Amino acid sequence: MILDYIGVKEINGSLIVLDGVKDATYEEIVTIRLENGALRQGRVVQIEGDRVVVQVFQGTRGISLDNTRTRLMGRPMELPLSPEILGRVFDGAGRPIDGLGDIFPVKRANINGTPMNPVSRVYPKNYINTGISSIDVLMTLIRGQKLPIFSGSGMNHNELAVQIARQAKIKDATGDNFAIVFAAMGVKNDVAEYFKQSFDESGVLSKVVMFLNLANDPIIERTLTPRCALTAAEYLAFELDMHVLVIMTDMTSYAEALREFSSSKGEIPGRKGYPGYLYSDLASLYERAGMVKGKNGSVTQIPILTMPNDDVTHPVPDLTGYITEGQIVLDRALAGSGIYPPVSVLPSLSRLMKDGIGAGYTREDHSALANQLFAAYAHVIDSRSLASVIGEEELSPTDKKYMEFGKQFESAFLNQGPNENRTIEESLDLGWKLLTTLPREELDRVDDAILDKYYEKAKGAVVSAAPGTEESSQ
Amino acid sequence: MENKDVIFGINGPVVTVKASRSFSMMEMVLVGNERLVGEIIGINSDFTTIQVYEETTGLKPGEPVVGTGSPMNVTLGPGILDNIFDGIERPLKAIAEESGSFINRGSSVPSLDTEKLWDVTVTAKVGDILSGGDFYAECPETPIIRHKCMVPPALSGEVVSVAKDGQYRVNDAIIVLRDKKGVEHKLSLCQRWPIRTPRPVTKRLSPTVPLITGQRVIDTLFPIAKGGTAAIPGGFGTGKTMTQHQLAKWCDADIIIYVGCGERGNEMSQVLDEFSELIDPKSGRPMTDRTTLIANTSNMPVAAREASIYTGITLAEYYRDMGYHVAIMADSTSRWAEALREISGRLEEMPAEEGFPAYLPSRLSEFYERAGMVDNLNGTDGSVTIIGAVSPQGSDFSEPVTQNTKRFIRCFWALDKALAYARHYPAINWTSSYSEYFTDLDPWYKKNAGEDFVKYRKEINRLLQEENQLMEIVKLIGSDVLPDDQKLVIETARVIRVGFLQQNAFHADDTFVPLEKQKRMMQVILHLYQKAHQLVAAAVPISSILETGLFDKLVKMKYDIPNNRLDMFDEYLKEIDEKVAGVLNS
Repeated sequence: MILDYIGVKEINGSLIVLDGVKDATYEEIVTIRLENGALRQGRVVQIEGDRVVVQVFQGTRGISLDNTRTRLMGRPMELPLSPEILGRVFDGAGRPIDGLGDIFPVKRANINGTPMNPVSRVYPKNYINTGISSIDVLMTLIRGQKLPIFSGSGMNHNELAVQIARQAKIKDATGDNFAIVFAAMGVKNDVAEYFKQSFDESGVLSKVVMFLNLANDPIIERTLTPRCALTAAEYLAFELDMHVLVIMTDMTSYAEALREFSSSKGEIPGRKGYPGYLYSDLASLYERAGMVKGKNGSVTQIPILTMPNDDVTHPVPDLTGYITEGQIVLDRALAGSGIYPPVSVLPSLSRLMKDGIGAGYTREDHSALANQLFAAYAHVIDSRSLASVIGEEELSPTDKKYMEFGKQFESAFLNQGPNENRTIEESLDLGWKLLTTLPREELDRVDDAILDKYYEKAKGAVVSAAPGTEESSQ
Repeated sequence: MENKDVIFGINGPVVTVKASRSFSMMEMVLVGNERLVGEIIGINSDFTTIQVYEETTGLKPGEPVVGTGSPMNVTLGPGILDNIFDGIERPLKAIAEESGSFINRGSSVPSLDTEKLWDVTVTAKVGDILSGGDFYAECPETPIIRHKCMVPPALSGEVVSVAKDGQYRVNDAIIVLRDKKGVEHKLSLCQRWPIRTPRPVTKRLSPTVPLITGQRVIDTLFPIAKGGTAAIPGGFGTGKTMTQHQLAKWCDADIIIYVGCGERGNEMSQVLDEFSELIDPKSGRPMTDRTTLIANTSNMPVAAREASIYTGITLAEYYRDMGYHVAIMADSTSRWAEALREISGRLEEMPAEEGFPAYLPSRLSEFYERAGMVDNLNGTDGSVTIIGAVSPQGSDFSEPVTQNTKRFIRCFWALDKALAYARHYPAINWTSSYSEYFTDLDPWYKKNAGEDFVKYRKEINRLLQEENQLMEIVKLIGSDVLPDDQKLVIETARVIRVGFLQQNAFHADDTFVPLEKQKRMMQVILHLYQKAHQLVAAAVPISSILETGLFDKLVKMKYDIPNNRLDMFDEYLKEIDEKVAGVLNS
């Protein structure tokens, strides 16, 4: 039996309160018909007897206490799904906005998903080659991982995300079982256009599903956008056996939308006004990455978030870092000195790389090389801070070598073109070549067998090429 | 029992029932038509408040709420080990078989496999007088752990009948006990226990035996006792989980309970994978034979996350009562505190610091106080060691969870971002960490590892402290201006840091290092220091000492000397003597 309830008791921010409602179920969807005939959607967020609190996705502007008809739909928020969603563009709540008409659904799925049973998860081990040296060597992306990009406004995180999406190669993936799901939350129209255009240029647009909640779209809908996107991703991955890369930008806007909703509900705030359940809420998104036993597909997430004031201890990056399996942190100083991608090496990390690299995956020396590069670069930072006090001239000979290594590491290893696609071997060899700047006894993270094989080889190559390089540097 | 209690309000995981008098505080209830598990957390004459351990989407006012008459409890019996449960002891493997890869609600799979047959040896005889905690039967739960069935703590009486030895299911009656009032109790292989009540013991003992972990920085500098408590605080990426995994793999406890509380799902599947492949060197059996996992990942219901810590500690106490040494790893207690905060917020309680409820310290202390070395009711000794990870927001150790935890633990292994950035693992900072167990454990170390061990440790500690002070100067003016004896301290401390404290979890030999090797390593490093010190005193420039390559050699000795070739240390000592003599003569 479907009933329309006429009038509302109370309006507060994006929430309306209805009285005398029978048979409401928690989290079910309602449609609200305004006086002028406009339709809005909402969701039941609290029930107390026959008093029901509804969150209106498109906001309460224009809703009056009388003359508003509310209908309970009897089901939670669902997303219509079918293989046709590939290549389509939806709004933040999953409605098509590309003018190509509605989806003819094969199935409907609750956008909240259900938690994956830890027993049924496949531990991710296959690496994704992104063609970007810093990521491939130092924070390897693994299929089924969630690896966010911590950035700040004005840095080129979007370019990096596009490059990853364009170049990402999975060993056994063929062209037709790879898909990208793109969720935009509170980003500017230009940014969404940039992504769309980039996907178009690289010819993958027919493999992309886009969910766009732009900066001027309803804020409450923003809290649905990543859920819609991940529901679509799970469908593609676990029912159609595709390898799905989910790019979500910008998670900070998402968290702000959540904060706005929470405060309008009168909840007790945690840090910086964000709701106490921000961790659980973010986890309910990020944890939807992964692989499942018995299914061939995978969901890999690259969420992008801008750190307010470049502060990594801000609740959004902080809680994200605790949930995701590592992070790629971008650095403004590097970006300022023209290095692309400006990956800040030391705080960046991939937790899953240890089992996805090495012999059989990438190359036997990968793990030792990565460790050594990290350790050496940490030394570079120490030397630099010392040099800033006593002057570079006064440094010990070893520290001077580290300074030189640091310079080359940034300009040759980190720095690469937005269209430059390096193989993993190229990147690893480049790493060894840079390490030859340092004397062998400084390399204390690598055992001798590996040093003999790779360090000496690289050293030999550098020595034989030395006269040429000296000329060119003069 | 006829029940007219129905749902009135729903707000996230909190459900209210109006004007009911049929529930008691902390009682376990079944909510709604799908019979979701919940617990009563507040009662007044108008409302009864329930926290529900599953998603509440789709619940309706008017659906029934049924009491179970008992507090939130878990089933204790054979089948707990080599298993994985969620926060309220539901078996995840069985649920996966029943309902697939994603967890649906209202699943009612029994905690322990009720069909599996166990080889039971009945140890009680008719006419025996048994009291709480006494053993009456045992069975091999895994090839290395014998499960001993105990009379529930509150019960005692005379055995009036026993079953024959043979194969039984967990719920089959094994013995019948007649108590003083003449009531007969059938005891099966399992019993139930409320998770928020500590299991009783005869006496608590002081901790005198260390939990040997094979991790050098812990065993030598910051040891923990069996029955002790430790916290591992650290920002993200500093290696809390890796340290917990290392401890779970290598510490010398008999049983490991690993609680993944609000953490990553992929990490739990990694633990499952790794532990089943990894062979325990002591028993020659897979690690899973002595391990239980409790996985309540961050996307699973928040109320069950709150319960998971208690479920874990209750299982730990149960095995302690059998006379085992149990270690429980809780990763991470901050997520548990956040679950408390979330539920407290839904109850609209007055928040204290950073939105956490005012009862956070008392809950933390209740949990950590359940650790201890004890004399059990049945006369055996057992221990529960708690190692809790803490994830401070913004890596700020002054936040409430870290600060309150610090008050109730005695071992503080502070993970350091700078060390982690330089990939120095375990990233335990040696200046801000501490262990209060030194005085308790020193007699054990002196007796089992030798007087030298304690002496070496003091010396190593002194060198690290001295380096720490020298580094303040070096940071300002560079190391060149230091006199040679201070340069030597810095060089030696580098060997200690890189060659000793830093430990490679992925290296076959270095991942676990026996105490004897730890001692020999310290011996060799200090021997070199003393010899080099003599040279410096004889005005030999430090550069010529460094040219011998001895320092670099010692940095790599952790890899070069296998754990079963400790005799090689003698060669190292000899080589140091020879090379030092060589420098002196030249």
